[in-house]
Amino acid sequence: MKQRRTVVVVAMVTLLMVGACGKKKPPVARPTTPPAPSGSTTGSRTPGPPEPVKEPVVVPAEPIASDTLSTTDIDTLNKNSPFQPVFFALDQDVIDSLGQQALGHNAELMKKYPTWIVTIEGHADERGTAEYNLALGERRALAARNYLVSLGIPTDRLRTVSYGNEFPFEPGHDEASWSKNRRAHFVVTSK
Amino acid sequence: MRTLFTSMMAASLALTFGHGAPPPGRSQEQPPQQGGGVVVTISGAPGLPPKYAVPEFLALTNDAETVAAAKTISQVLWDDLEFEREFYLIPRDTYRTIPAATSIDQVPLDQWKQLGADGLIIGTVRKNGSNVAVQVRLIEVASGRTALAKEYSGTLKNPRLYAHTASDEIHQQQRNLRGVARTKLAFTSDRDGERMKGPVIDRGISNIYISDYDGANQTRVTVSRSLDITPAWSPDRNSIAYTSYRSDFPDILIQFIYEGKVPFKPAAGSSEKQNFLPAWSPDGTQLAFTSNRDHNNEIYVVNRDGTNLRRLTNHPAIDVTPTWSPTGNQIAFTSDRTGSPQIWIMNADGSEPQRITNEGFCDRPTWSPAPFNEIAYASRSGAGFDIKIFDFATRSSKTITDGIGSNESPAFSPNGRHLAFTSTRAGKEQIFLIDRDGKNLRQITRQGMNRYPNWSQ
Repeated sequence: MKQRRTVVVVAMVTLLMVGACGKKKPPVARPTTPPAPSGSTTGSRTPGPPEPVKEPVVVPAEPIASDTLSTTDIDTLNKNSPFQPVFFALDQDVIDSLGQQALGHNAELMKKYPTWIVTIEGHADERGTAEYNLALGERRALAARNYLVSLGIPTDRLRTVSYGNEFPFEPGHDEASWSKNRRAHFVVTSK
Repeated sequence: MRTLFTSMMAASLALTFGHGAPPPGRSQEQPPQQGGGVVVTISGAPGLPPKYAVPEFLALTNDAETVAAAKTISQVLWDDLEFEREFYLIPRDTYRTIPAATSIDQVPLDQWKQLGADGLIIGTVRKNGSNVAVQVRLIEVASGRTALAKEYSGTLKNPRLYAHTASDEIHQQQRNLRGVARTKLAFTSDRDGERMKGPVIDRGISNIYISDYDGANQTRVTVSRSLDITPAWSPDRNSIAYTSYRSDFPDILIQFIYEGKVPFKPAAGSSEKQNFLPAWSPDGTQLAFTSNRDHNNEIYVVNRDGTNLRRLTNHPAIDVTPTWSPTGNQIAFTSDRTGSPQIWIMNADGSEPQRITNEGFCDRPTWSPAPFNEIAYASRSGAGFDIKIFDFATRSSKTITDGIGSNESPAFSPNGRHLAFTSTRAGKEQIFLIDRDGKNLRQITRQGMNRYPNWSQ
């Protein structure tokens, strides 16, 4: 599952780079034809295609993925989030270069889907106190938000909320889990 | 559940007292009312606490409910009296053979003397229609004099309350001590296993629960498919302020738990103005809390009715977790402005902030009630935290917990003699009590995960 997500992400990044020449327009490789050709729409099965040519050379998987994003309901979208989390060092809210890459990716995604409102959740591992972690999570969320704003995302599309250490992503009590739990996590709250 | 709660409250208010004393809960100072103004103070052997015996109360009506209540009341009274460690409570097994007295004249004082008891508490429970009458009498064994005699009447819904009331009156009269037997705890628990509404991942909810000080009668008081955390009892005990995520961001709610009204939001939160960790001023008129409304976590104060919101701290570091001094003149809080979270104090207008700890990682200051002048807090020790108490007189701290598990979120009892806190010493986080000298550790919760304890007045 994690692998699949990476593939999708890589594909989307490629797509974004391909379509990134137009500034504001969402880069759409294969715009209005949705991935509908499954069994449901029987009428569209017309035998003789009039315009063959060699269009199919263009990568097929990505537009399906991106179109899926725009049509998926929010719950499903968030369950397999296209956003990348930002991870933090212990007691820190500094965004390192990996975090900046993740936020760059997330910014592009938000530009591509300009109607999305995104909540940035700040999380902390269990090693601090529960109360302080509420504040630390808030700072992490704010740090991620400010970075996105610096990349051109309007503030009215971004919300923050800190959950402190209330919702660990990994249940373990070791650094392997803790490093996953110190994060800014991105959730689409409206589309 | 709410109706059950209301009726429990009604039951407690329906208690009538033999000498026109106020109802339980608010009676802090009760004048001694026995023996025409002369108080019989029972003392022990020189240098030793008085020894008390609390034999099983006598059921004067023979129905099962009354018999069970008589057992419960005497057992709970024994526990309540032992809790404050003012008396030595003689183990009950050693005097089960001494016959119960049906009247004051029949008390076998010789046998109680032989046992070594200085004070003897006898009682009766009699059913009267749908109510009961509970009589409690404290006798000085040496003289046979009555030190205290009370009669309570009310329903049998919560017999423990009669014991708690008697215990508080005995502590007040005999030791001039404000007992905690009628106080309550509030805490956060995920025990009901409900899942959160909304997107993202499957997440469990936590809501606010209350219980008697000893962990009995644990009852859920908030119902949200969300996080309700960090409860704080209002000083009048009628409401609880807490942090709720029910609007998808943290905000402070004041909930009148016995009335079922819509909770009030004194800090008027929004997704841009989030508020958490409320702390009542000692007079109950104001709340200190943490908010990000100025794009950083700072300490604010607001009147209970939502007016006069003002900012106390102004520093780019984290300022969080306020607590008031007993006079209301100062506020302690956590700040990492020196690089790590430490305990700071400042005047209640925000002036003169000064750091009082210099350790690895400190948080959740809780100012003790008078006459103690102390701040309890959690301090990192090894992998976890321990509860420490900073004493303003010596400007030094002592460690209260023992390094087992992680121990956090201390909350003082209203008489300053005990602390409730969270510990992982038994596995998942649970609520424990401990005395301020580190003795008398006891576990209060066992179901689910329980955190953020707060102790009522």
